[in-house]
Amino acid sequence: MEKAALYHFDLTRYAWLRRLLTSRWPQFILRAITLAGFVLVILTGFIGSPVGSRNFAVMFVWIAWWSALKLIMLPFGGRAWCSICPIPMPGEWLQQGWLVKPGGKMFNLGLRWPRRLRNTWLQSAGFAAIGLFSALTLTTPVVTAWIFVGLIVVAVAVSVIFEQRSFCRYLCPMGGFIGLYATMAPLELRPQPGLTPVEKGAAAREWPRGCPWINNPAALKANANCGLCLECLRTESGANMALNVRSFDAELGQPGAFRLDEAFLSLGLLGSVMIYSAVFQGPWGALKNAALNAGSGAWWSFAAFFLLASFGLLPALLAGASALVRRTGNLAQPLQMVFTLFSRALLPLGLLSWIAFTVSFAFGKLAYLWPVLSDPFGWGWNLFGTASVEWQPYLLSATPVIETVLLVTGLIWSGRTILKTAEQLGVRGERRWAAAPVLLFALAGTLTMLWLLIG
Amino acid sequence: MTLPKFISILAKPILGLTLAVLALTAPLSLPPTQPVERYFRIEASQFAYSPGVLQVNPGDQVTIDLVATDVVHGIYIDNYELQASADPGQTARLTFTADQAGLFRFRCLVPCGQLHPFMLGKLQVGPNQLFLRAVLLSLAGLLLVLWKKPLSTISI
Ligand code: SF4
Ligand code: SF4
Ligand SMILES: [Cu+2]
Repeated sequence: MEKAALYHFDLTRYAWLRRLLTSRWPQFILRAITLAGFVLVILTGFIGSPVGSRNFAVMFVWIAWWSALKLIMLPFGGRAWCSICPIPMPGEWLQQGWLVKPGGKMFNLGLRWPRRLRNTWLQSAGFAAIGLFSALTLTTPVVTAWIFVGLIVVAVAVSVIFEQRSFCRYLCPMGGFIGLYATMAPLELRPQPGLTPVEKGAAAREWPRGCPWINNPAALKANANCGLCLECLRTESGANMALNVRSFDAELGQPGAFRLDEAFLSLGLLGSVMIYSAVFQGPWGALKNAALNAGSGAWWSFAAFFLLASFGLLPALLAGASALVRRTGNLAQPLQMVFTLFSRALLPLGLLSWIAFTVSFAFGKLAYLWPVLSDPFGWGWNLFGTASVEWQPYLLSATPVIETVLLVTGLIWSGRTILKTAEQLGVRGERRWAAAPVLLFALAGTLTMLWLLIG
Repeated sequence: MTLPKFISILAKPILGLTLAVLALTAPLSLPPTQPVERYFRIEASQFAYSPGVLQVNPGDQVTIDLVATDVVHGIYIDNYELQASADPGQTARLTFTADQAGLFRFRCLVPCGQLHPFMLGKLQVGPNQLFLRAVLLSLAGLLLVLWKKPLSTISI
């Protein structure tokens, strides 16, 4: 029992914190600020300097926000960003008829999301699309602005036709990425332990309609689909919900199910980070130009390679490794189950690879940020006196060591999880060597990332 | 949670981290090589250096002629903090002694187009020790995972 107390610490036991979270205003103010930033990004993207490294939109989104998300918000707060994300706000205002708090029903058909699409396939596709155009997006302010306008338009359209935050749950490309890796975050929103069936029943009746992410909060077991919107804390039975700090491994270390679409997303994200590393941190100019010139013959080859490697080759290799484990370990479970559970065990490797890539990427580029903060439009302003700060990379000697430590941590964490998964599948004791093929897959992934980043 | 308990939980990761950093950074003196003069002619074009990877030994006297083939390009060698830039069709020369061992990126210094911030190459001075050690550390990490006591004790 003490162990459980150790790994789950209920933050909302402090009345002041619960009050702070239950009030909609702090969150609203944060979201208003992010919304303002979002509008500024769109504005500067359209009318600011067309040079990416001189434009606030590109620098702010792809250096500051994207790095902060991967280095801080996601690994420590899971879906914390979704809690303050401005993208669904306009749609929610239409749905609830008021800015801050749910009110009457306004412009909303409230349809349920099509059953066949209640998975992460569309999110995988969206993330892959961002990857295919990443060299263009990262360097062209207008493209970044259009992507943001597109996200808002689609989010509003979806929120008018479908119920709640269907966009977030099933469509947002960032949402798929964040949700998958939120499994390893040390923060969770969960029902209080020991709810009686009556309380659960009452909650179940009250919450499913109230939860914007279409969960039943009283039965919540995983982080993936809870957007930390905190609305369930604000219902009548909100006292039954808690925001817990937990160990990083609290959810992943437990047996869990994984669907085929999630397995492909997990491997697709691992493949994507390898390709991002090669394009942006490698010395291969032809690859960079291929990625940049969308529509050219070279770009089509790049696109085909990207998709085949991330969503074809990696899954095929892991499926092969899983088949070997199944054979040598004498497992009775179907191959699909073995494959999906092992791709879940590879989540730490994926997350830590993304973090290591970000470390290698961000500190070399951070100095581009200071001038654009003072001169967001590239019009010669100097708001904070930093407009002419010269570019220089930071922490040069430390970053390769940090990247290595991160990647090896990912390997060890995934390795432990692979062994636990194998054990859960029935590979026990001395036979645990049967898990070697999947461990080798993880090792190969780590070595590839090491080679791309520091080799 | 009591303080000693908290410390005992943190002890292992901190110890592991310290050992890992030591294993990655502890200086190891290799037998010195006879310094030689090295000459490289690097053609810089949007958005690549050719050749993109330079290999020298510690102590070598290195001369780099940077030729810009299309627009203005520069070169900035990380850690060495050396820089030069060349106008289109022109050559700029960098001369230095490779006195720091390891792998260093060099980057374009002059905004030269869309992918300018990602235009880079690598200068490798001596063997890439960090990479080799990282490979060994990965293997050690995996063996540690495998050889630990059977995991059955972990509650599932
Ligand atoms: S899922 Fe996407 S749109 Fe929704 S809150 Fe998260 S990041 Fe924002
Ligand atoms: S209502 Fe509760 S369970 Fe649903 S998304 Fe918001 S915080 Fe998560
Ligand atoms: Cu250049």
